[in-house]
Amino acid sequence: MFGRLSWAAIPFDQPVVMIASGTVGFVIFCVLALVTVKGWWPCIWREWITSVDHKRIGVMYIFLALLMLVRGFSDAMLMRSQLALAAGQAQGYLPPEHYDQIFSAHGTIMIFFVAMPFVIGLMNFVLPLQLGVRDVAFPVLNSVSFWLSAAGVLLVNVSLVVGEFARTGWLAYPPLSEVAYSPGVGVDYYLWSLQISGLGTLLSGINLLTTILKLRAPGMGYRRMPIFCWTALASNLLIVASFPILTATFAMLLLDRYCGFHFFTNELGGNPMMYINLIWCWGHPEVYILILPAFGVFSEVVATFSGKPLFGRRSMVMATMVICVLSFLVWLHHFFTMGAGADVNAFFGIATMIIAVPTGVKIFNWLFTLYGGRIRFTVPVYWTIGFMVTFVIGGMTGVLMAIPPADFVLHNSLFLIAHFHNVAIGGVVFGVMAGISYWFPKAFGFTLNERLGKVVFWCWFFGFYLAFMPLYVLGLMGATRRMQHYSNMHWQPLMLVALVGALLILFGIALTVVQFAVSIRRRELNRDVTGDPWNGRTLEWSTPSPPPAWNFSLPPQVDRPDAFWAMKQQQGTVQDRNVKQTYETIQVPRNNPTGFYIAFFAVLLGFSLIWRIWWGAGLGLLGVIVVCLMQAWRTDGEIEVPAEKVAAFERLHGLKEGAV
Amino acid sequence: MSATEQALATADSVPLSLRGPAPKRVVAGYGFWLFLLSDIVIFAALFAAYAVLSGESASGPTAADLFDKKHVLIETACLLASSVTCGFGSLAVLSGDRNSTYFWMSITFILGAAFLSLEVSEFSHMLSIGAGPSRSAFLSAFFTLVGTHGLHVTMGLCWLIVMLLQVATLGFQPMVSRRFFCFGLFWHALDIVWIGVFTIVYLGAHL
Amino acid sequence: MSVEIQAQGAAPGVHVHTQDTRRSYLIGLGYAVVLTLASFWASSTDLVYAPGVPILLGVLAIAQMGIHLVFFLHISSAPDQTNNILALAFGIFVVGLLVFGSMIIMANLNHNMMPMDRLMQLQMQR
Repeated sequence: MFGRLSWAAIPFDQPVVMIASGTVGFVIFCVLALVTVKGWWPCIWREWITSVDHKRIGVMYIFLALLMLVRGFSDAMLMRSQLALAAGQAQGYLPPEHYDQIFSAHGTIMIFFVAMPFVIGLMNFVLPLQLGVRDVAFPVLNSVSFWLSAAGVLLVNVSLVVGEFARTGWLAYPPLSEVAYSPGVGVDYYLWSLQISGLGTLLSGINLLTTILKLRAPGMGYRRMPIFCWTALASNLLIVASFPILTATFAMLLLDRYCGFHFFTNELGGNPMMYINLIWCWGHPEVYILILPAFGVFSEVVATFSGKPLFGRRSMVMATMVICVLSFLVWLHHFFTMGAGADVNAFFGIATMIIAVPTGVKIFNWLFTLYGGRIRFTVPVYWTIGFMVTFVIGGMTGVLMAIPPADFVLHNSLFLIAHFHNVAIGGVVFGVMAGISYWFPKAFGFTLNERLGKVVFWCWFFGFYLAFMPLYVLGLMGATRRMQHYSNMHWQPLMLVALVGALLILFGIALTVVQFAVSIRRRELNRDVTGDPWNGRTLEWSTPSPPPAWNFSLPPQVDRPDAFWAMKQQQGTVQDRNVKQTYETIQVPRNNPTGFYIAFFAVLLGFSLIWRIWWGAGLGLLGVIVVCLMQAWRTDGEIEVPAEKVAAFERLHGLKEGAV
Repeated sequence: MSATEQALATADSVPLSLRGPAPKRVVAGYGFWLFLLSDIVIFAALFAAYAVLSGESASGPTAADLFDKKHVLIETACLLASSVTCGFGSLAVLSGDRNSTYFWMSITFILGAAFLSLEVSEFSHMLSIGAGPSRSAFLSAFFTLVGTHGLHVTMGLCWLIVMLLQVATLGFQPMVSRRFFCFGLFWHALDIVWIGVFTIVYLGAHL
Repeated sequence: MSVEIQAQGAAPGVHVHTQDTRRSYLIGLGYAVVLTLASFWASSTDLVYAPGVPILLGVLAIAQMGIHLVFFLHISSAPDQTNNILALAFGIFVVGLLVFGSMIIMANLNHNMMPMDRLMQLQMQR
């Protein structure tokens, strides 16, 4: 009746898990109870859950990512503390079967449910505003994408309480991930939650790519587009081209597991290396999907806070597109040691080294933008400078490992772990934090507390170095990744230093929560009344903070890059603009619950498939189809905002737009 | 559209990229084109797996043992014909001709269904002689590649029925017309994928 | 019925004139039939040098895909089709890389990681 699901799926005998899930469950219950008692449900349903406004969806993505950062980071704290303890005779407090699930969950959550939502959320919020248009190409699809990601998040977290998670690492290599060696539901949780959220990501990539290529303000040709939009273009191109590989590869593994196929098994002709080859064909572009928007953020921040246009704009765009193409030519460097000959290894080693060149071009462009500028050392600039130092170190260790003979020593050691955390934290996390502090006032109408923001930065900065520099040394000393215990006592002091670093980052994360609370409480002191708190250069700063649902009351006319800066130079004071404006009726997409309902049924489908509850899966699939059909027959997709209402809004808030 | 925007949109001297946001039809079509390209990447991964595993028949039935070229030629003819009838159907949609739409799209449906039934009969025959997907890696790759294409054809046929119902209930609104256009793209793309399938899988087997 | 070239270009498949389009489908059908029959013939003929047959099949397949793109999907080099061509080119790049890259790499791996008994067999055959 319920497939393999029974009460035995809940690990009543594991205190750590029971306490963790109990706490989380209690917190969720309290939040839901509070919302119900205060009567906030109709507002939340109308303003957020069923919203198809890119600004709301972007904020929800980032909120989701912050939540999952806490989850992923708790896994990290468990690992760091275990390794600080489990030296020599000591065994630590996490048995191997449990530890294996923790590092697998940590990696899966951090990449798929923290980094991706952060980056997609930023792109979602910013792109239509920078492009000077009203919304993305497909607003309802945007909502569907977000809720599918949330569905994936739910499934991964449910695995903590009901059943188990995969023990195979964040990429689930076969043959370990095949049914013969992982007969439980762990790998199934992993595969289904990623297939569901992967579909959301792919749809988001298509949406944003279409937006950039087909929806731009009049006069905004490609050469006049902000650099963040270029990096978003490259990133979404990579999403559309690489995520299908992930879908296909996971589908093949699922067929092996569910239907007894032999793609990657050890017997009857299967080839496990084929999985590794395909998954890294996706995996390498994936890391560039994450870093390119971060590079875009830095470009915007550096130009704005130096008061100068970005240095070497054309070379920046070329470098971005070169990185986009080259990222498809290096994937074998993730498995140099797994049987390829010297000739194949040499090709990919050289290609990997070449890809460092355009990144270097970008770093120099940022430095030359800062040089000679009147730099304002705000929180986003702190993150940017921190990034430049940290990412360069991480990039260099990457190029070191690009040399196949060196990689033979360092593959799967803690040196590798240190490298990718170096670029992921120094690049992606720092970039997202810069982006959040930079665009927060646009989204919410007030700036974040600067002082606390700087303390948060220093916690992350010093915390990162303390946590990961020892890992480089440990890797060179022979320590491997994913080990629950080690016998060499000389490693323990370094592990302890790493634990201190992790605690410092934990403090930084806690302070971020404090920063948000303080900023919200003191928001009247930090109100952004002009919509342009940083004296920005691009079009998003020409809207009020927060922008109305329709973004721009009149389409901006663009005739050069840094369009808003040019408008400010030309038009002098605020009062000069918008003297006589004729506004027109604006069509705004109506709220739509389709995304939420599809995700609901997707969770039902995924959970049922995991536990082999076939009738549940059928019901889930049917639900998705019915919701899609209902959407197909919906004819009232838009609301009209009358011209008078637009004019009234502009009188109240506006006087900021480029006049016609 | 304001006067300026209209002027911009039609002035031949203004490059396309500077004319402002594209109309919905263009946006929907391009988005769907991107989706199709992503779908083709899925097929590429399955083709890659097939190329690598096609020799791994684990002492079981091989490609040369199993595939019948005449059967495939008929399947190809059905799908190719359905692509052309779909094209004629798209023209009917554009001119708002209801009866013509029903006619050509029904023929498209019948040809697509014929293709599917031929494919199902081939699969069930193979299953009955023990050459199922769990027999060997080669067979797993074959069933997945060809089966995924067949699944796409099935979804296309279901979509076609929905579209015909939409025409019947909503008429030729812009929304319906846009969706028919996307369906046409989808159906032609499936035929393009099939060219790859019959060349590499079926004709490649007999080399 | 004609459609003006719109902002940001046209999607693939946009028709310009009905009669021209009808003819385009029929011409495309003609070419496709010829190429299909040619492929089937090539796979079982003795008239072509045997090691060259895979290449011939590849060429015929690519040609037929091109016919479909031009005559059914109306891809052209017109300025309103530029985005479509670029997207297609990127797609072809990724597909080619994925398929041929995987084939080369897996062949390399399979050769280098051959089980000992098969290696001995191979050596004894020389």
